[in-house]
Amino acid sequence: MRYLCLIYVEEKKLEGMSREEAEIQFNECLANSRRLKNSRNYIAADPLEPVETATTIRVRGGKMTMTDGPFAETKEQLAGYYLIEAGSREEALRIASQMPQTKYGSVEVRPVKKFDID
Amino acid sequence: MTGGAAGERAVNASPEDRVREAVDAAYRNESRRVLATLIRLLGDFELAEEALHDAFAAALDRWQRDGVPANPRAWLVSAGRFRAIDRIRRRARQDRSLEKLAEEIETTTGPVQPEDDKAVPDDRLRLVFTCCHPALPADAQVALTLREVCGLTTEEIARAFLSPAPTVAQRIVRAKRKIREARIPYETPSPGDLPERLDGVLRVIYLVFNEGYSASAGDSVTRPDLSGEAIRLGRLVVELLPEPEASGLLALMLLHESRRAARTTPEGDIVLLEDQDRSLWDRGLIAEGGALVEGALRSGRIGPYTLQAAISAVHAEAPTAEETDWNQIVGLYGLLARIVPSPVVELNRAVAVAMRDGPEAGLKLVDALLARGELEDYHLAHAARADFFRRLGREQEARASYEHAIALARQGPEKRFLMRRLAELAR
Amino acid sequence: MRYLCLVYAEERQIDSLPKDEMDRFFKECADCSDELKESGHFLAGEALQPVCTATTVRVRGHRSSVTDGPFAETKEQLGGFCLIEAKDLNEAVRIASSMPPARYGSIEVRPISTADPR
Repeated sequence: MRYLCLIYVEEKKLEGMSREEAEIQFNECLANSRRLKNSRNYIAADPLEPVETATTIRVRGGKMTMTDGPFAETKEQLAGYYLIEAGSREEALRIASQMPQTKYGSVEVRPVKKFDID
Repeated sequence: MTGGAAGERAVNASPEDRVREAVDAAYRNESRRVLATLIRLLGDFELAEEALHDAFAAALDRWQRDGVPANPRAWLVSAGRFRAIDRIRRRARQDRSLEKLAEEIETTTGPVQPEDDKAVPDDRLRLVFTCCHPALPADAQVALTLREVCGLTTEEIARAFLSPAPTVAQRIVRAKRKIREARIPYETPSPGDLPERLDGVLRVIYLVFNEGYSASAGDSVTRPDLSGEAIRLGRLVVELLPEPEASGLLALMLLHESRRAARTTPEGDIVLLEDQDRSLWDRGLIAEGGALVEGALRSGRIGPYTLQAAISAVHAEAPTAEETDWNQIVGLYGLLARIVPSPVVELNRAVAVAMRDGPEAGLKLVDALLARGELEDYHLAHAARADFFRRLGREQEARASYEHAIALARQGPEKRFLMRRLAELAR
Repeated sequence: MRYLCLVYAEERQIDSLPKDEMDRFFKECADCSDELKESGHFLAGEALQPVCTATTVRVRGHRSSVTDGPFAETKEQLGGFCLIEAKDLNEAVRIASSMPPARYGSIEVRPISTADPR
């Protein structure tokens, strides 16, 4: 079963960190990513550029509109994701709770939909 | 040293002075073009701005020694490019990854060729479209356009929009960051995207113009500097991309601008179109605007700016307020309401109908609009109603409507105008 | 350059589509994925289970808290994502606006961070 783990952190809080704190935090995340990448659970992961770089698109009546900013303004911002393979919801939650980002942000875990077609 | 009249100085100008003047002139006339090309060559706004600065600093020194080059613009672009590569090389000592970037710029762009001059209009258009990219916040599009395309300083933009300079500076920094990090390309849109993207550019220009022509808040009705910048931008777009709506917008701005001197009293109070001294209207601007409208109408692709300009031109052509061709104006507003349905356009049409058929007819239309609940909080709807009542001699209702309009108006001069009208009722 | 396209749509609205329209919509979504795979723009993508299956994890001072539900309650819900390769934002926006859910919901386009790829 595949799960998508959405990493939310408050960008302002990260920017406010001292150099040492930021370094520690960065290395923790890196170590966790490496460990996950070497496990059977890893499928894909990416960090995102800050939320200011987001653009939101809608198409209505054949006409596309583009607006600056993310879909939802939130206190914590989507900072990246992990796509993982886990045997159960419990395993997925265990993997998620080991992500260092849970210490200062939130990780949302969502199961991926399976289609019967193809 | 001091004391000589300007004329004397020109005669006795030292070679240093003459070079300084040549550099100043190049800055005034070419700096935005040079910047537009440097952004393309270097792929980065900040780097291009530093390079521009370096190029002009180098010109002061080198033109002294070698003389003013035959093509200052090409010289400046070339110098800016070299200085940028230099800068990256110096930074590369701390950050190895930059060495690759310096090499890339050096090999992919090559030295500047004279035929690159042909690319200049395209570069300027690229700059305009990038600054007005819809993925940037609307206020950042305006600030970035004024900064990069018009060359205004952050402080000038802040003053014009009555915002704190750090706010404007941050807007510009964020916009550049998004351009770089989300990789907004430095290009003119594909033909399929062009109409919509051009709309975006025209919207930014008109916003700048309106901020200068009828400031949305504050004590003075107009800020002429911004209107002037908007007209310069409008001319630039028409020159680079002769689309009918671009001409329509330029015409609209020129026709509005032609009435600036007649539009307010020396005390800064509003003078209505019908009461303006038409001898104060700028005939040159009216002729230029009128010709642009005609051209845009002839194209057969008629948009909202062209129609608004056409309405403005009908007013401009009337020798006196009484001789205004209201029938034509009602027709043009009708067309406009069909292209861009909006209660404000319908309100304007109602006012024109009142001029053609009498206040009773106008009142009926405005009441129907208000009944739809869309213009309840729009002061001009109540001001129009008050005016119809006044002309119908229904003083009580006129008074109530003026008071309602005054309570809703945000601008000092508009409030004063409505209060004057209210006071006149009593006489 | 890689971009993450976050697909938001109102689950209720999609669920209430008439059967034939829903079938057509899913078929279009599948076609869109196939086209993006063929053109080389597609890197990864998944549809997600409804938002009621989401769980959010936080760890504060060695205590982990698991709450039911997504990180943010929004009118439209994150229904899936697609990681794409595009040469610049204009191309990314073009691809995002060709995704069928853009007609019902919103697609947020975020560049993948290129910072420090150690």
